[in-house]
Amino acid sequence: MALYTEQAAPAAATAAHATAGRVLVLVATRKGAWLYHGDAARSAWRSDGPHFLGHVISHLRLDPRDGRSLLAAAKTGHLGPTIFRSTDFGRNWQEAAKPPAFAPAAAGEQGRAVDHSFWLTPGNASEPGTWYAGTSPQGLFRSEDGGITWAPFSCLNDDLLYRKWMGTVQDGTPDGPKLHSIIVDPRDAAHLYIAMSGGGVHESTDGGKSFQPLIDGLEVVEGFDRDDASFHDPHCLRLAPSRPDRLYQQNHCGIYRLDRPATTWRRIGRNMPAEVGDIGFPLVVHPRDADCAWVFPMDGGTVWPRTSPGGKPAVYATRDGGETWERLDAGLPPAEAWWTVKRQAMTADAQDPVGLYFGTTSGELWGSGDEGLSWHCIARHLPEIYAVEAAEVTI
Amino acid sequence: MKVLVPSALHTYTESRWVEAEGATLAELLADLDRRYPGIRFRMIDEQNRIRPHIRFFVGGSQARDLAQALNPNGELLIVQALSGG
Repeated sequence: MALYTEQAAPAAATAAHATAGRVLVLVATRKGAWLYHGDAARSAWRSDGPHFLGHVISHLRLDPRDGRSLLAAAKTGHLGPTIFRSTDFGRNWQEAAKPPAFAPAAAGEQGRAVDHSFWLTPGNASEPGTWYAGTSPQGLFRSEDGGITWAPFSCLNDDLLYRKWMGTVQDGTPDGPKLHSIIVDPRDAAHLYIAMSGGGVHESTDGGKSFQPLIDGLEVVEGFDRDDASFHDPHCLRLAPSRPDRLYQQNHCGIYRLDRPATTWRRIGRNMPAEVGDIGFPLVVHPRDADCAWVFPMDGGTVWPRTSPGGKPAVYATRDGGETWERLDAGLPPAEAWWTVKRQAMTADAQDPVGLYFGTTSGELWGSGDEGLSWHCIARHLPEIYAVEAAEVTI
Repeated sequence: MKVLVPSALHTYTESRWVEAEGATLAELLADLDRRYPGIRFRMIDEQNRIRPHIRFFVGGSQARDLAQALNPNGELLIVQALSGG
């Protein structure tokens, strides 16, 4: 299938249509996972958890292709990483027979070991059972059997240039650089995007046989070479489900948009209020309106407190592709709230109007049933929330 | 030989003490993994390195090498260091 067409994604592949299913919100935390089952109005939520109490759960996702397979990326602080799978919404979990692991090192070389799987992405609708995982240290893995066995995928993990761009633990985020934001084009299973917290954004058009950097137009920290992918720190990359040639990105250095086949990103975050800025981690795109996206700004000044600017949390929305931004904070704490939202801890459902959900570093789960106009707290006192995903289920 | 398993791994063994066989620590861990699939990878990484918070004790001494010979009549203690909050 040709790349970069105006053709919208197949609806079944992206859930880019309003559905009659109930919303299930999947919450992954530093100490376990919780499932929140919404009622038809998305106003009452039934909590199911904790699952894996005490385990670090970096990501929990439902397979939209079968509507029932859950994968959880897990690590106990003292044990090696693994992935668990459930086909009955968490009543039973089965551990991967072969979790993501780097290839053994050649004699005399220092091999890498997966510390934790950080990101999970279901494959294209044409490839049932295929999943991708991004890890720390940065690596890309694939399963073709629903998450039971995993293998290193593509040239990335051992390519010398990519290894240089990936750097080492010392070059990355506090708990290790992460390969994240794995995106499979809903129109073409061989068209992939990935992002690396230390190493930039990259694209493959040949099913992972090769990748090319996609970093033109992105800024880097002052004094560094923006042509060197090593210095690029994408925080969250998203594809617009209703217009798959449109990408949005929340980066360490601002908010960007890219309309393919162009290759130069444009910093749309310049249009954010100056006192708030355009630094943050998560970004969410409307399932049916490619001009609409939401971000959650944080304080990226001085020592990078990574808290809501001024202690006043707010979501910001654009309805025109980033030309203008609107503050959405009704229902959120008006002041003295020193938390923020991590890169995969904010998401949208596919209902009409769209429901938005985010989890905080202080363990609160917030939701909005009106596209961010008003917010209510779904759960408090959870452990630090690492990831929030919304799924449509018919149970 | 008898193997003492730390609590974090009881989801695999469902018991504190289990039996496993092997002339070396590497062989014993392989046997343990046959009996309790997946347990080895939680302790040993893909480069055959002992993970940072896992310690093995044989005859009162720490075994730092997977080639460590084992006495079939002895005991292996697997210890998991606790850290973090």
